[in-house]
Amino acid sequence: MTDTPSPEPAPLPASYQLVSANRSFAQRAAMALADISQTISLWRLVWTLSVFDIRLRYRGSVLGPLWLTLSTAVMIVALGFLYSQLFHISLTDFLPFISLSLVLWTFLSTIVAEGCLCFTGQEAMLRAMRMPLSMHAARVVIRNVFVLGHNILVVVLVFAIMRLLPGKYIFLEIPAFALWMIDAFATCLILGVFCARFRDVPPIVTSVMQIAFFVTPVIWSPALIQHRGRIFLETWNPMFDLLDIIRAPLLNTPISGTIWMIALGYSTLLVLAASYVFMRFRPRVTYWI
Amino acid sequence: MAHISIQNVSVDFPLYHAESRSLKKTLFAVASGRIKEDSHHRPVVEALRHVSIDLKSGDRLGLIGANGAGKTTLLRCMAGIYEPFSGDIATQGAVTALLDPGQGMNPELTGRENIMLRGLFNGLTPSQIAQLQADVATFSELSQFLELPVRTYSSGMVVRLGFALATAMKPQILLMDEWILAGDASFMTKARHRLETMVRGAEILVLSTHSPVIIMQWCNRVIWMDRGRVKADGTPEEILSAYLPPDQFSHAMAVAAVSV
Repeated sequence: MTDTPSPEPAPLPASYQLVSANRSFAQRAAMALADISQTISLWRLVWTLSVFDIRLRYRGSVLGPLWLTLSTAVMIVALGFLYSQLFHISLTDFLPFISLSLVLWTFLSTIVAEGCLCFTGQEAMLRAMRMPLSMHAARVVIRNVFVLGHNILVVVLVFAIMRLLPGKYIFLEIPAFALWMIDAFATCLILGVFCARFRDVPPIVTSVMQIAFFVTPVIWSPALIQHRGRIFLETWNPMFDLLDIIRAPLLNTPISGTIWMIALGYSTLLVLAASYVFMRFRPRVTYWI
Repeated sequence: MAHISIQNVSVDFPLYHAESRSLKKTLFAVASGRIKEDSHHRPVVEALRHVSIDLKSGDRLGLIGANGAGKTTLLRCMAGIYEPFSGDIATQGAVTALLDPGQGMNPELTGRENIMLRGLFNGLTPSQIAQLQADVATFSELSQFLELPVRTYSSGMVVRLGFALATAMKPQILLMDEWILAGDASFMTKARHRLETMVRGAEILVLSTHSPVIIMQWCNRVIWMDRGRVKADGTPEEILSAYLPPDQFSHAMAVAAVSV
């Protein structure tokens, strides 16, 4: 047998780590923050994992990730024709709205569905070595941003065909998208932890999201029911406000400060809840998987 | 200086999803009478109980004990995968855990992609990752297979890839489970050679095994785990003479003496 010479292995960086079960609030918070900051420093890994996730989904297919764009386009055109007939609205008005709504909603509902599985789906990785837990949540978010990037092409195309240009409110997209990223990450952390502990949560979440799709102005425009004032579906549905902070500026409609305030309020609650859940249950998740 | 300090560590496994959990694990726990209830009356398996171990540079610790005695759980705690219910674990030094052959690899991805992910996890630059891929390819002798998904590999090939990958980066603390010693003969010779250089470089080795010969050859300290507790801690001769029946002990001593 030949002994192949290999180069001197690279030494791993030395580190100190204290894992203590006698945790005070401050220690728990420090460990949760350390977890998240490790995830940020591993951004290249998160990025690559997300790219591989997408690539794997379409490995061997001719069009590859272009299927994302294509299937969204088919859906939007079909629904656009159908609902513009049903609601008696002109396609020129309706298509930009429905394309944007559906693409954004797809992002939102996929984050919720995949966030549920962000830990339970990574059992092998969780058990093999110590990794920051929040990395798995970040991976779901980044992966879906890539999907969103593919889907948004359809919206760009619709806008181009209709010769629409987003107007002066476009700068509002930046804070809105940043808020979406924070909310998506927090959602994945909460749902991931809950679904690891309670295996009945994912089907419950699925049915809630199905209902949410119909009660949120996704396929129906809030303008349709404007004459009835702000109905309760808008007042008590955080998804409406979150959707609108992104959708309205692109459709060149002014957005009221109230909607932003509600979106920020719900987001604050979400982030607080996620912080608590993650601080409290982070060390337990590996046992539950 | 590498260092592991384990103080009064206890670990319970909750049995929330008892039906979906490893039946084997549950049966072992039942057999050893370790299913209890915690303070909230939830069924738990007491995997580790009040374990205190202090390891410093130069220690080559062997863990022995029956199946389900807590050896692998202890290794996972040392690796930081399980955070204990009570007690503290402090580790100083880079840790590599060779706990299962899959090494957390994604079976759908190719060998090369899995190597890349590990490199990124360890913060390597693209050129270092290329070097890592070359090193793993040479050592595992899987060069053309590295372009195929890991799920198409035979189990022996997975062991080779996992082993080559984990040993390509030099840790100060090396934690190993016994699967590592289950490859084909020619690869084992090569693996043993690599492990020996690695163990010489690693300042602390912790090895869980059922093989007395391996213990005699590799370790200078042995801990006998029994029902999640440290039953005995001492030199390999002391512990093995108590752990093994006399005839097996003298056989192990003889084999180890010959092969050293």
